[in-house]
Amino acid sequence: MSTHVIGTRLRKVEGAAKATGRAIYADDIQLPRMLHAKILRSPHAHARILHIDSKDAEALPGVFGVVVGTEMPTRYGIIPWTQDEQALAADKARYVGDGIAAVAAVDEDTANLALQKIHVKYEVLEALLDPEEALTRNDLLIHDWHPKAAQKGNITKQVDLSFGDIDGALSGSEVVVEGDYFFEGTTHTPIEPHCAVAQIDERGVLTVWSATQVPHYLHRELARVLEIPSGKIRVIQPTVGGGFGGKSEPFDLEFVVAKLAQKTGRPVKLLYTREEVFYAHRGRHPMKMHFATAANAQGEITGVRSKILIDGGAYASFGLVTAYYAGQLLTGPYRFPTYAFDATRVYTNKPCCGPKRGHGSVQPRFGFEVQLDEVAEKLGIDPIEIRRRNFIGDFVETVNGQQIGSNGFLQCLDAVEKASGWKSRFGQLPRGRGLGVAGSMYISGTAYPIYPNDMPQSAVLVRLDRSGMVAVHCGASDIGQGIASMLQYVAAEELGVALDHIRVFTSDTDLTPVDLGAYSSRGTFMVGNAAVEACRKLRTQILEAVAESWSVGPKEVGLADGRAFYLRDTERSLPLAEAFHLTEAKFGSLAATGAYRTEKLGGDYRGGTIGASPAYSFTAHVAEVSVDEETGFVSVERLWVAHDCGKALAPVLVEGQIEGSAYMGAAEAQMESHLFHASGLHRGPNLLDYKTPTSMDVPDIQALIVEAPDPKGPYGAKEAGEGPLHPAIPAISNAIFDAVGVRLRKTPFSPADVLAGLIAQRG
Amino acid sequence: MVTKTIVAFELNGDPVEVAAPAHWTLLEGLRYEQRLTGTKQGCDKGDCGACTVLVDGEPKLSCLTLLVAARGRRVTTIEGLGAAGVLDPVQDAFDECGALQCGFCQSGMMLSARALLDEKPDATLEDTKLALSGNLCRCTGYTKIFEAVERAQSLQREANAATKKTG
Repeated sequence: MSTHVIGTRLRKVEGAAKATGRAIYADDIQLPRMLHAKILRSPHAHARILHIDSKDAEALPGVFGVVVGTEMPTRYGIIPWTQDEQALAADKARYVGDGIAAVAAVDEDTANLALQKIHVKYEVLEALLDPEEALTRNDLLIHDWHPKAAQKGNITKQVDLSFGDIDGALSGSEVVVEGDYFFEGTTHTPIEPHCAVAQIDERGVLTVWSATQVPHYLHRELARVLEIPSGKIRVIQPTVGGGFGGKSEPFDLEFVVAKLAQKTGRPVKLLYTREEVFYAHRGRHPMKMHFATAANAQGEITGVRSKILIDGGAYASFGLVTAYYAGQLLTGPYRFPTYAFDATRVYTNKPCCGPKRGHGSVQPRFGFEVQLDEVAEKLGIDPIEIRRRNFIGDFVETVNGQQIGSNGFLQCLDAVEKASGWKSRFGQLPRGRGLGVAGSMYISGTAYPIYPNDMPQSAVLVRLDRSGMVAVHCGASDIGQGIASMLQYVAAEELGVALDHIRVFTSDTDLTPVDLGAYSSRGTFMVGNAAVEACRKLRTQILEAVAESWSVGPKEVGLADGRAFYLRDTERSLPLAEAFHLTEAKFGSLAATGAYRTEKLGGDYRGGTIGASPAYSFTAHVAEVSVDEETGFVSVERLWVAHDCGKALAPVLVEGQIEGSAYMGAAEAQMESHLFHASGLHRGPNLLDYKTPTSMDVPDIQALIVEAPDPKGPYGAKEAGEGPLHPAIPAISNAIFDAVGVRLRKTPFSPADVLAGLIAQRG
Repeated sequence: MVTKTIVAFELNGDPVEVAAPAHWTLLEGLRYEQRLTGTKQGCDKGDCGACTVLVDGEPKLSCLTLLVAARGRRVTTIEGLGAAGVLDPVQDAFDECGALQCGFCQSGMMLSARALLDEKPDATLEDTKLALSGNLCRCTGYTKIFEAVERAQSLQREANAATKKTG
C-alpha cells in the first residue's frame, strides 16, 4: 500500500509548544486559591503506626487541612488481585519514605513546617531488606494484614512453568552451560517529578490533573479509594515530562490532593521533590538468576531452564505480571524446544519495584544472552551465527504458546553485522577493544487487559468540522513517545487533511474515549488500529458524497493535500471543507469511532495469556567497547541497533525510541544502581548520586530501522518503545569479553568487577 | 508574613520588577511570580539542568541562583528565544530533528545550546557534548539533540548568508 504521510519524516503535533516552553505540564497549572500539599514520610523501613497527633500542625497559621491513612483505608493497586497499598499507610510503614500523613497549606514552606509538627508514634520492627531472608522469615510478615499471609509468607507471586522434557534436554545434550547472573535494581528518573492537582467544581465534580501514564486506571482507583462515583471524577493528563513506566499506576499524591481538595474546598497541588521520586520508584526489580542452557554440537538450543528470585520491595505493584514476564518473554527470537522457569517475587522493606521500560524481561534477557555467548564460545561458533541458527521463524508458535507474527530478526542481525564491520573485526580487535552481540523480542501490547473485561482496549473518536478541521479524541497517554502525533499522522493519511488542520485531544476522561494507557508498548499497535478504523468510516462517507456530486464512482475519488480529487483527472478537485459539507448534507453530523479489541491469544494454561501479544518486535544490537585494563573502566563506544518495528509510521519518532531505549540500556550496563543502606535508607536519592549518563558519557548510537510488516498492525506496525532496550546490556557484557576475556554476569559493569575479573585472569 | 524584596532586572528584553521573599530562587521568581513556566524544576538542587536560563548570555541554573542575584542582569528564558511566531534556529532544529520527546529537559537544553552557538557558531560535536553536559535528558539518548545542534548551526549559516545577500 502506498502512503504519503505515514513513513515520512515529520514534526510532532506538540513540537512547537515544547520548543517554545508553552506546553503545560502538571506543575505549570496554577489555580486561584490553590493550596500546596506535602507528605510526611516514614523514617523507618518497617514500623507499626501506633498513633498520629496532628493538632499542632492543624493549628499552624496557613495550614488548611491534614489527612492521615485511616481516612482512606481502602487498599488499591494496579493489579486487581494484589491490591495491597493504601493512599497513606494506616497500619504499618513498609519502607523508608512510605507516606504517613499529608498537609495542605498556603505554600510549600508552610506545608513543610507543618509536617514537622505532626507527631507519629511508631513501634519500630525489624526490616527485611534481603529477598533471600524475606523468603524464609515467616515469623515477620510485611503484609501481615492479608487474610492469606500465613500461607503466602513474604511472597507476592511464584510462577513455576515447564514446557517439554527440560530434564531430558539438560542431561542428553552435547553442551550445557550453567551459571548465576544478577541484575541490579535501577529506576526511571524522568526529568519531570510526579505532580498532581485536584479541584472540585460547583457541581461537585472532582478534577484531577496528574503526570500519569495511565489516566484510565487512575480514574477507577480514585473512585474506589475516595468512595465517590467515577462519573463524578474527571482525570486529565497534561503534558508529561517522561515516564518510562515510572508513572504507570496510581501514587499517594493523587489520592492526597483529591482528599485534601474535598476537605478544604480549595484546589490543591502536590509536586514530589526529586527525593520523593526515588521513593515512589516502581523501577527495575533486582533479579538473582540462575540459567542453564543446553545445546547440540551445531549450537542449536535444546532446552533452557531458569530460576529467578525477584526483589519486589514493599508492595505488589505490577509484581504478579513481573513474575510471569521474567519467564514468558524469553521464548523468542530463538526456538526453545523445551523450557522451564521458576520465578518468585518477594516483598522487602524497600521502595516498591515495578515496570521499567522492558518490564520484567530485561533482566532475564541479560542473563540468557550472556549465557548464549558462552555456549557459542564453548562450541567455537560465531556469536551472530549461533543466533541465526536458532532463529524461531515467523508466523510460528513459541514453546509456551505465544503466536509470533512477522519476524525480521534475521534482517536485524544482518544489519548490525554489516554496520559494525563484525566479520572483519569481531575477535580481531586489539586487546582492550571488543564487539558483542545480543538479540531480543518484545510485545506490542498485551492481549490481556489489566482488569478483566470484554470492552475494547482502545477507542478513537474522529469529528469533521465544516471548517475543514478534523478533531481526533483518544484517551491515549502521550508521555513524549509521540502517540498524539501518531494520531495526527493517521488522520492526515486516511482523510487527506493537512497536518495543521488536525487537532488531537488526548487523555481527558471527560472528552476522550477510553484507552488503557502508555504501557507494555501497546500504543502504536492498538491506538493506531482504532484510529485507522474510525478514519476509514469517515473516509468512506466522504468518498461516497463527493462521488455522488461528481456523478462518478467512489473508487474514482481520492483525498490528499487538503483536497478531494477525481483520480481520472486530478485537475478536477475541491477543498476538503467543501467535501465535508457535501458529506454532512448527505449523512448528517460527521463523527465516527474506531476501537481495538483484543483477540483471544496465549497458551491454554494458567498464566498463558500473560505475555501473549498480538505482535512481537525484534531487535539485535552490536556493542563496541573499550576497556581500560589499569582502571577497569569500560567505555561503550558505539551501539548499532537494528529493530524490526513492522513499519515505521513515523521514522523520526521510531529512531528516537530506538536511540532512547539503547541509551537507557547502556546506562544500566554502565552505571545505574538503586542502592540502600542496611537500615533501608536510600543511598542517594538525587540525580548526583544516582548516576545517569550525560552527553559526555553516551555512546554513539546508530538506529537501523528494519521493517517486517505484521498483518495485524496498523500499516504493518509493531512496537518500538521498549524492545530496543533489552540487548544493549548483554551486548555490552559480551563485548567486554571480546575485549579482555572477562565475563560480566552482574550489572552494572563496574570498574571493580572488571578489575576483579582481570586479576583472576592473570592468576 | 515574610517580607518581600523587590528585584528589578531585564527579562526577555523587558524591564521587570519582581516582589518576592529574599530567600527565593530565580526559578521560583520566574515560575511563581512571572508565571513563565517554560523554565522547569527537575531536581531543585542543581543536578539536572532543566531550570537553565541565560543570565547576561551565560547559562545558569536558576534553582541555584537567588532571585536577588539577578538584580540589574539580563535574563533570558525559553519564552525569550525567537520572536513572535518565529522560532530561534535552535528551537526550529530541535523540533525538526525530533530532539523533543517529553520536552521537560529541553528548555534548559536549548538555552545551553543557544549560549554555545552564540559563543562558537562553528562548534564541533565535542564542544556540543561539553556544553550540554550539565543538562540531563532521559528520553533521547542525546543523539537527536546532537543532530539538532548541528542542524541549528546550518540554519544559522543559511540565515546569515541570506542577510548578507540582501544587506
